[in-house]
Amino acid sequence: MVSPQKSAKSNSGDYQPQLQKRYKIDRAFQIISWMATLSGIVVLAVLVTGILIQGIPNLSFDFLVSPPSRKPEQAGIWPAFLGSIILLIITAAVSIPIGVGTGIFLQEFAKDNKIAQVIEINISNLAAVPSIIYGLLGLFAFGRLFGFITGGRSILSGGLTLALLILPVIIVATREALKSVPDSIRMAGMALGATRWQTVRTHVLPLAIPGIMTGTILALSRAIGETAPIIVVGAAAFVPFAPTLTIEGLQEPAFTALPIQIFNWVSRPQEEFHAIAASAIIVLMIVLLVMNATAIFVRNRFQSSR
Amino acid sequence: MTQSVFPDAGGSQSDLWKPNRAASKMSQKAVVILFGAFAMVSVLTTFGIVFTLLFETIEFFLEVSPIEFFTATRWTPLFANPEFGIIVLLCGTFLTSAIGLLIAIPLGLLSAVCLSEYAPRRARAFLKPALEVLAGVPTVVFGYFALLLVTPVLRSFIPDMQVFNALSAGFVLGFAILPTIASLSEDAIFAVPSSLRQGCYALGATKRETITGVVLPAALSGIVSSVILGVSRAVGETMIVTLAAGQSPTLTLDPRVSIQTMTAFIVQVTKGDAPYGSIAFKTLFAVGMTLFVITLVLNLISYWFVRKYQEKYE
Repeated sequence: MVSPQKSAKSNSGDYQPQLQKRYKIDRAFQIISWMATLSGIVVLAVLVTGILIQGIPNLSFDFLVSPPSRKPEQAGIWPAFLGSIILLIITAAVSIPIGVGTGIFLQEFAKDNKIAQVIEINISNLAAVPSIIYGLLGLFAFGRLFGFITGGRSILSGGLTLALLILPVIIVATREALKSVPDSIRMAGMALGATRWQTVRTHVLPLAIPGIMTGTILALSRAIGETAPIIVVGAAAFVPFAPTLTIEGLQEPAFTALPIQIFNWVSRPQEEFHAIAASAIIVLMIVLLVMNATAIFVRNRFQSSR
Repeated sequence: MTQSVFPDAGGSQSDLWKPNRAASKMSQKAVVILFGAFAMVSVLTTFGIVFTLLFETIEFFLEVSPIEFFTATRWTPLFANPEFGIIVLLCGTFLTSAIGLLIAIPLGLLSAVCLSEYAPRRARAFLKPALEVLAGVPTVVFGYFALLLVTPVLRSFIPDMQVFNALSAGFVLGFAILPTIASLSEDAIFAVPSSLRQGCYALGATKRETITGVVLPAALSGIVSSVILGVSRAVGETMIVTLAAGQSPTLTLDPRVSIQTMTAFIVQVTKGDAPYGSIAFKTLFAVGMTLFVITLVLNLISYWFVRKYQEKYE
């Protein structure tokens, strides 16, 4: 690499390639960009280690199944844990049918018309709205306007708010999955006299299901970790009792969930509460890890079999 | 012969194939109507957000003059003698976002360059998921990290720093949005055709010169939209700034003191009990409206930029 530089120097009058200097800048740039990449990883490692050191000592079965308490050594996360699970069920039950249905509608039935374009722009706009704004929508619409159905600032309102929040993600995932199904399958179905819906239901959708599932699980794991909107809807109340899956339980105008519980404990001044907040974070992160691992498993499993 | 395949040709074959076209068409129609109604939910969500914010904001401005809202320099809506200077909260949001973006934009772009141009395939297969994990960390966990791990370290370097401060919140906020910028920019950089790179090498440029002179400009529209998305995420971020930057609205650009952002104010009010119809409740939506307008404008700029500068390669 040195010799062409020398010959270039002797041949051309004005042109100075200055390769040595340029390669030095190259080297520096490469090192800086590697350091930038590693900085993110280092921060992640420090965060995880810090939380593990703080949280592991308090982690026990009692911690999982006890209600929260004014005394940090007796406090547990059972109501918060169940609250998160029920939120997950409500969110999934509402957002999956609506999101997948919308995705099918836009991708298979209404490809190019004006309404579809309007809905499409609208969805990309919704995806950029901060989650706390959804919280305000939930507070006003579900907490007040439809309070006679939801019971006010209840777990049902919280779940519905989260469902609206992740709807755009599920719609986009569904459309991407449907896009990857070859058109020949649709043509074959219609050539046999099936309607569009029959073709989609029996042939296109089954092929798209893995992609839809992956996107949906990732969206739901985002919903589980969301804190701001459910604090706005649910008022971050102190809830010592476990929620129940009955209509009255869902309408109970106070609820808690893991992120709310963590927020409560972190914002207290006592260090003992900070330690159990770290333990609760570990539980939350394990739930997220399991969900993400499921999504990756589904993706890999079905990708290789096709 | 041709007659016999039709079902009404009679004989035993007729009950083998009964095309119920009416039913097929009905199910098709029903599904289109049902899914079309589902699609309307997302449109209704937008209307719901705009209507909600507008309705309560108008109520708010019936009680507080817009002039005061935009010019007052104190923010004390929950006091007995309230003042409503949104500039104080805007300043807090600006401060934490600016610190966060000072970290996230350079580091995010350099990470994107590294992942796409420098990292070998095997390293990339490990680094990209790691960044995705960082992106998946709930923001309340980042808030814990900022308040209880980063702040003590920073305070040992800067002794006169308060427990709640914009610097620590902004620092962690930067790493929370870094993966967004890195991942979207990386997609844009990766999509630049290699013929452009090879053309540049053929002219005698080094790798770094090719990246900064050809690849990054070619990916500019994608990079800018990733940065704008990063900005709007920084502005709308809630839990990190609520936990680490504090709850004391102060008109300052000093990163060492406690401030309050728009999002932190919303949490502060909803966490307590703001009864429907009270001025505190209406203030909530006026602040939300301000936040919504900012992110909407950012989104429109991004949309416009991409349409104007997007390069199309075959």
